[in-house]
Amino acid sequence: MSDEANKGLLSPLRRKLLMGMAAVPAITMLPRASFAQAPATSAVNTTGLAVTDTEVTVGILHSATGTMAISETGSIQAEKLAIEQINAAGGVLGRKIKFIQEDGASDWPTFAEKAKKLLVNDKVAAIMGCWTSASRKAVLPVVEQYNGMLYYPTFYEGLEQSKNVIYTGQEATQQILAGLNWIAKEKGAKSFFFIGSDYIWPRTSNKIARKHVENVLKGKVVGEEYYPLGNTQFNSVINKIKLTKPDVIFTDVVGGSNVAFYKQLKAAGIDLSKQALLTISVTEDEIDGIGGENIAGAYACMKYFQSLDNANNKAFVSAFKKMWGEKTVIGDVTQAAYLGPWLWKLTVEKAGSFDVDKIAAASPGVEFKGAPEGYVRIHENHHLWSKTRVGRAKLDGQFELIFETADLVEPDPFPKGYQ
Amino acid sequence: MINSRFFNRSELMGFIALAAVLFVILPLTLDVFRLNLVAKYLTYAFVALGLVLCWGYGGILSLGQGVFFGLGGYCMAMFLKLEASSVENTKIQSTPGIPDFMDWNQITSLPLFWQPFHSLTFTILAIILVPGLFALIIGTAMFKRRVGGTYFAIITQAVAAILTILIVGQQGYTGGINGMTDLRTLKGWDIRPDHAKIILYFVEVVLLFACIGIAQFIRLTKLGRILVAMREQEDRVRFSGYSVANFKIFAFCMAAVFAAIGGAMFALNVGFMSPSFVGIVPSIEMVIYTAVGGRMSIFGAIWGAILVNFAKTSLSESFPQLWLFGLGALFIAVVLAFPNGLSGLWADYVQPRIDWLFASRKPKSDWKDNSVADGAPAE
Repeated sequence: MSDEANKGLLSPLRRKLLMGMAAVPAITMLPRASFAQAPATSAVNTTGLAVTDTEVTVGILHSATGTMAISETGSIQAEKLAIEQINAAGGVLGRKIKFIQEDGASDWPTFAEKAKKLLVNDKVAAIMGCWTSASRKAVLPVVEQYNGMLYYPTFYEGLEQSKNVIYTGQEATQQILAGLNWIAKEKGAKSFFFIGSDYIWPRTSNKIARKHVENVLKGKVVGEEYYPLGNTQFNSVINKIKLTKPDVIFTDVVGGSNVAFYKQLKAAGIDLSKQALLTISVTEDEIDGIGGENIAGAYACMKYFQSLDNANNKAFVSAFKKMWGEKTVIGDVTQAAYLGPWLWKLTVEKAGSFDVDKIAAASPGVEFKGAPEGYVRIHENHHLWSKTRVGRAKLDGQFELIFETADLVEPDPFPKGYQ
Repeated sequence: MINSRFFNRSELMGFIALAAVLFVILPLTLDVFRLNLVAKYLTYAFVALGLVLCWGYGGILSLGQGVFFGLGGYCMAMFLKLEASSVENTKIQSTPGIPDFMDWNQITSLPLFWQPFHSLTFTILAIILVPGLFALIIGTAMFKRRVGGTYFAIITQAVAAILTILIVGQQGYTGGINGMTDLRTLKGWDIRPDHAKIILYFVEVVLLFACIGIAQFIRLTKLGRILVAMREQEDRVRFSGYSVANFKIFAFCMAAVFAAIGGAMFALNVGFMSPSFVGIVPSIEMVIYTAVGGRMSIFGAIWGAILVNFAKTSLSESFPQLWLFGLGALFIAVVLAFPNGLSGLWADYVQPRIDWLFASRKPKSDWKDNSVADGAPAE
C-alpha cells in the first residue's frame, strides 16, 4: 500500500467525523440500502466458500470447556453479539451471517483440528477465534495451508504477521511502551520489578519492557521473576519486592494465578495506593475473580475499559448486557473480539468479495468507526492502529480512565531495537 | 498349552473385520479430513495395544503412558521441526536456522542434544530406544523392589506430571506449553497435502498391524502365559522359580515402545506435538480407551481407541458446551454395565450366536478363549 496518509495518524477531518459520529450511537446498526440488491454469489465467491444467495457461514472457535473457558466465554459472547447486530443491519453483501461454533476445549491440538474442520469441511468464509498464543500458534499453520481468514482478539507478544490473520488485539509494543512512558513521567519511576507467568507472552513482553526501561527511560530493572501457569505461591517474590523497593511493580501474571498474587500482596501489607503497580494482564474479567478490594489502586495498561465514556461504547455495553445479562463484565479482549466480525464485514464490502485473497489484500486501511474503543484501522501488517490507555482499578471492579495516548499507536510486531 | 494356530476363529474374525475397515471401508468412504482424524485416533490404538499387554495380561496398571507417547512424539517432532527451521524459512529471526521458539527465548545456537536429530536414522532409533530405556529404568527401579499395584500406578502418574512440568518449564529447548508447531516436511517430502495424509494413514495402519502381530505373538508364547499367571497369582509364579520382575519390566517396556510409535505417528499425522499429550489427564484417557474397548482383548482395545475418539469428535462438534458430560456418561455406562468393555459385550452376547451359526454346520467349536472369559478383578 502506497497510501501514506492512511498510515499517518488521525487527520483533523477524520477526528471531526468521529465527533459527529458520537452523536449517532447506533449508526452502525442502521439498515443498509444495499441489502435489496445483493450481488450474485458466483461473483463474490470464486473459491467455493460456504456462501449462498442468502447466507454466509463463519466459524467461531474458542474454548467453551476447560481452563480457558472462563476467559474465552466473553469473546464468544462478543462475536455472537456482533454477528447478530450485523444481521439486524442487513448482513454482509446482502447475506445473513450464519455461524458454526466449535470448541477448542483449552487444548491446542484440538484447536488445530477444529480449525481444519471449519475450513475443509464447512468451508467457512472466516474464523473468529483463538485466545492464547499457544492456540494461535497451533491454528496458524492450518489457516495458512488452507488459505482461511482468522480474526484473533487477544493482546499478544508480536513477532508474527500473516496474510491469513487479522490481529484485533494489541501487539506487545502497543500495549507496553506508552504505559511505561506514562508511569515514568507521572510517577518519576526509575526502578521496575517484573513478575510474569512462564510462557512466551510474558517473557517477550518483559524483554520489550526491559529494553525500553533501560535504553529509553534510562531506568533500572531490579528484578525479573517467572512462575508456572496456575502458580499460587507468590510469597518469596513479594519478599523480594519488599527488599528491593521498586518504584513500579510491572506484572504480566495470567489467569487464576492473579487471584493468589493480589491477595498475597495485600496480606503482605503492600498498599497499592502507595506502591505503583502496572499490569498488562488484568482486565475487568480477571477482577471478577480477584475481587475489587484486593486490586483497587493498581494501574492497568489496555486499549479498552468497560467504563470508557463514548457513545459507541455506551451502546455496546448496553447491547452486551441486554444479550448476556446485567452481571457480565467486558474486558479488553472481549471488545477486541467484538471488532472481528465487524472488521470482516467492512473488509468484505470494501473488497466486494468473500474470497480470502481479496479480503487479505483489502484489509489494510479498513476502518471501523463504530468500535467501542473509539476508532480502529487495519495496518498493512494486519494489526490494528489503536490507542493505548491506562486505567486505575476501583473497588467496584471497574477501571477509571487515567490516561490515553493522544493519537493512535502504530502496531509494530517486529520492533527494531527491542529484539 | 500353546494354541497351534496364530489366531483362533474369533480372533481371526476380529482381524479380518479390522483389516477390512481400516484398509478398505474407511479409505473408500471418508474424505481426507476425516481419514486424517482416524489416523489420529489410531495413534492412540498403539497405546491401547501396549496397555492390553501390560495391564490386561500383565496386571500392571500404568497411568503414565502419555510419557512414552510424548517421548516418541517429541523425538519425531524434533526431527521435523529442525527440517522446518531451515535458514531460508527462518530468516526473519534474530538467529536464522534454529527453531522459532528458541529464537523467542533468546537462545542463539542449537543446543547439543538437538544436534543428532538432524539424522532420520538416529530419530527412528531414538523413537524406539529413548522411551524403551526410560521404561527400563523406571521398571527396574520399581519392580526389582517389588513395588506394584496402586503404588506403581501413582508413581507412573507422578512421572507424567514431572515430564510435563519439565517440558513446559524448559520452553527454550522444548517449545514449552505451545509445543512444537508448524511441522512441514519429512526428508523434503511435504507431509501436509492430502495425498501425503493418505500415504501416512496407510503407513500407520501397516505399522499397527505389525504391532498387533507382535502383541499376539507375545500372548501366545509361554511368556504370555506367565504374564497372565503373574497377574492372577504373583507369588506362586515367583515360587515356581520365575523372575517376576524381569517379566514385568519386559511387558512395561513393550507397552512403552508401542506408545512411542503411536506418538511418532501422531507428530507425523497431525503436524504437531505438545505437552498436552504427556500429562496425567491424557494418560488416564488412554487407560479409559483400553477399558472401554476391553483390556483383555487386543482388537477390543483398538476399537475402544477408535470409537471413544470418534465419540469425542462428533459429540464436541454437535454440542460444543455439553460434550464432556456426554463423554463422561458414556464411560460410566460402559464401565458399570460391561466391566470387560466392548469386547466383553461381544464375547457374551454376539459371539455365542455366531458360534451357534457355525456350530450347526461344524460341531467342534474352539472359540472359547480363556483369557477373555476369566474376568480378572480390575486393579
